Amino acid sequence: MTIYAILFYLIAAVMIITTGMAVTRSNLVHAVLYLVISFFGSAVLFFLLGAPLLGALEVIIYAGAIMVLFLFIVMMLKVEVTDDGGVPLGQLAAAGLICGIYFLACVLLMKFSGPSAKEPMRALLVRPETFGNHLFRQHWLAIEMVSLLLLVALIGVLHLGLSRGRRREKTKGGDGE
Amino acid sequence: MIVPYTHVMLLAAILFLIGMLCTITRRNLIMILLGLEIMLNAAAVAFVGASLHAQHADGQVMAIFVLAVAAAEVSVGLALIVCIYRQTGTVDPECIESNTCKLE
Repeated sequence: MTIYAILFYLIAAVMIITTGMAVTRSNLVHAVLYLVISFFGSAVLFFLLGAPLLGALEVIIYAGAIMVLFLFIVMMLKVEVTDDGGVPLGQLAAAGLICGIYFLACVLLMKFSGPSAKEPMRALLVRPETFGNHLFRQHWLAIEMVSLLLLVALIGVLHLGLSRGRRREKTKGGDGE
Repeated sequence: MIVPYTHVMLLAAILFLIGMLCTITRRNLIMILLGLEIMLNAAAVAFVGASLHAQHADGQVMAIFVLAVAAAEVSVGLALIVCIYRQTGTVDPECIESNTCKLE
């Protein structure tokens, strides 16, 4: 067992524990903070699996931007800490059923995977410059599509915000509140 | 020499399962969106593991696209949640559906 393997299992344990803690918290702020730890763990995992650029991006985008956005919304909405203890029985049964199917599929896939999947993988480091070259030479069309997607998301969010403001203006004018 | 491919996939599968359970069972729109984030992150982990297994960088390219899609999805989702909260005063999906706790 090399140092890399020990590190991998350590990170895997941390990620699973913190993610499990995150989804069971009733306080949303605690849930988001636990999830930040989990995303840091996956950033280290990306470093370990030979993707340093992705690890840095994971810290910047996931742990830095997305989770902070969640924190903003949680603090903005003043969501009451719900009891959330009583998950409906029907919902729990559906969740159990899906879990069962999922685990069956996982076990079958592990069982019938080839012998090459069972031996340790060779380490590989994709340096950021080679990765960027590969990305922008081979996948430029996908980059354009993703940038278009981000633009559409931006316009959509702007429209949601603006239409809400306009409607409030209208009701304010009509009702004279 | 790192760990076997199946172990990385198993980690991604467990993370995906936790996210899916969160999405199915929690009764809070923000937690549902958080579960979606966990699932997307698990997919990214699986892609990076597959990239290492195949000794090819295409998996990491897909992981970058997963990151971009997650950013777009979360911004639109949170804007919708804020919209819903302004209109109904709650983030409980059951409550919104049955229209029981509408803001007077």
